[in-house]
Amino acid sequence: MGNFIINRLLFSVPLLLTISFFSFILINLSPMNPAEVVLQAQGVPVITDELIAETNTKLGLDQPFLIRYIHWFLACMQLDFGISYVTGQPVWSLLGPAFLNTFKLTFVSVIAIIALSIGLGVICALREGKRLDKSVRGVSFFLTSMPSYWLAALLVWYFSVHLDLLPTSGMDSYQSYVLPVTVITINYAGIYFRIVRSSMLSNLNEDYVLYGKACGLSEKIITLHILRNSLQVAVSVFCLAIPTIFGSTVVVENLFAWPGLGTLSVKSILSRDFPIIQAYVLILAAAFVLFNIASDILNAAMNPKLRTGL
Amino acid sequence: MMNLLEVANLKIWDRSTGKVIVSNSSFQVKQGSCLAIVGESGSGKSVTCRAVMRLNQAGLLESGDILFNGENLTRLSEKEMRKRRGKNLCLIMQNGMRAFDPSCVVGVHLKETLAAHFGWSSGEITAKMKHAMESVMLKNPIELMNKYPHQLSGGMLQRVMIALAIVLEPDIMIADEPTTALDTISQYEVIAQFIRLRERMGCSMIFISHDLGVVRKIADEVLVMKDGEIVESGTTQAIFSAAEHEYTRYLVSTKLALNQHFKRIMGGVHVDPR
Repeated sequence: MGNFIINRLLFSVPLLLTISFFSFILINLSPMNPAEVVLQAQGVPVITDELIAETNTKLGLDQPFLIRYIHWFLACMQLDFGISYVTGQPVWSLLGPAFLNTFKLTFVSVIAIIALSIGLGVICALREGKRLDKSVRGVSFFLTSMPSYWLAALLVWYFSVHLDLLPTSGMDSYQSYVLPVTVITINYAGIYFRIVRSSMLSNLNEDYVLYGKACGLSEKIITLHILRNSLQVAVSVFCLAIPTIFGSTVVVENLFAWPGLGTLSVKSILSRDFPIIQAYVLILAAAFVLFNIASDILNAAMNPKLRTGL
Repeated sequence: MMNLLEVANLKIWDRSTGKVIVSNSSFQVKQGSCLAIVGESGSGKSVTCRAVMRLNQAGLLESGDILFNGENLTRLSEKEMRKRRGKNLCLIMQNGMRAFDPSCVVGVHLKETLAAHFGWSSGEITAKMKHAMESVMLKNPIELMNKYPHQLSGGMLQRVMIALAIVLEPDIMIADEPTTALDTISQYEVIAQFIRLRERMGCSMIFISHDLGVVRKIADEVLVMKDGEIVESGTTQAIFSAAEHEYTRYLVSTKLALNQHFKRIMGGVHVDPR
């Protein structure tokens, strides 16, 4: 098991290197000249060629591409992502708090999603084809087909404006979490509970369930065995869901004015604040890789076949 | 001899399509005897046996009476039925590799089963299982109980199931094609264990198979099924020497033809024509 974890972690190093390299290339392919962005943001009235050349030297943009990449990458390793072109502040001082806020939102949402998906998935599988199963699937289908911005608008209208129960936006108290978390949860749990359900159902017809019943085991023990095997599929899905949700809070964050990564990244993209965009891409990529490893490790812990195979 | 199990007018059909799987089966298993059910795939052998244990899927409906020790199993509550499964009626599955939860070591199932029926402690269970597993020629039983199903062979898992049955001491054992998924050598070993088991415990048995060689060795009586109907029944000797139904004669003659073919290609080498 120890070897397995070390193996996977070592394997992630070249992966992260490649990702960082490509994200750097992509940003550099942008037609905008970074020096111009900086000068515009500083409010320089007339941008001359000399000024651009001077800024290029100051930012080290006159150096060859590979040298710039190596400088940037080494700095990133020390969590120094450079300085924002627009505000002049260190990227980390902007990204750090935003990262934390998005993390909080994602964390609460993921817990809600996992609890709801497993709960609904198990109940629906045990009542397969019955009224409960059908109605849960129907309602969830209806809710997940709604775009999240539309659902969010409806919820804000009803709970914040009409009933005046919850804040419309911002991140002031725990009440601020309710609406954004609900929107994200409905969006994802509606899909993930189906995975849990179908995985439970396929396990229900396995021979080991029949043998367990034939040996007189109680319904409860058998259900626990089924759950244990069904969740192996769900665990990898959930682990990958975490970075996906992390990266896709953009819509929800902008709707609810959540001071997180999504809001920051949209703002940076609009103002072409390259260092922030680069750092954002890198952090998301790292999150994907890390959670992928986490899912592999969890799966190996749950599935003995994978453990001995590696 | 007293009848341990009496199945009367058993009919099984599919609720959604209405398709009849077993039309009208009646048969008896005498105390201490072994009944073999033979027939091709899809003839309703397995479904019949699962019906006896009330283990068919919810989509299959059944009617008829199943008397076990004079008690009508079809009228029992699910809870009462559960108590009899394993303890009184014990099933041996076809594919040992798939009969155990792949995420747990084999011992988990053994412990759960024995704890459910006898309430024994973990230590007692290990001691009893160790003894039973040794008696079916499984070496290092303690080690085996801590292995995952995929680390053991089909034949070993089959014998683990037999060992569990030995500890459970059921009144009747139902073996659903227990040798089909095994290679020839494992088949031989497993069958040897079944024969020993019957000699030692004297429990009744229903043995489903399409291997007539095995049936001839182990069964006292034979039931031939075709398309959900019992086409012939009788003592093993009668079936093999003087079958009345055309289908049975066809089955027996194909078996003989196969044997002769086998002997011919083995070039006169002596083989046991099981």
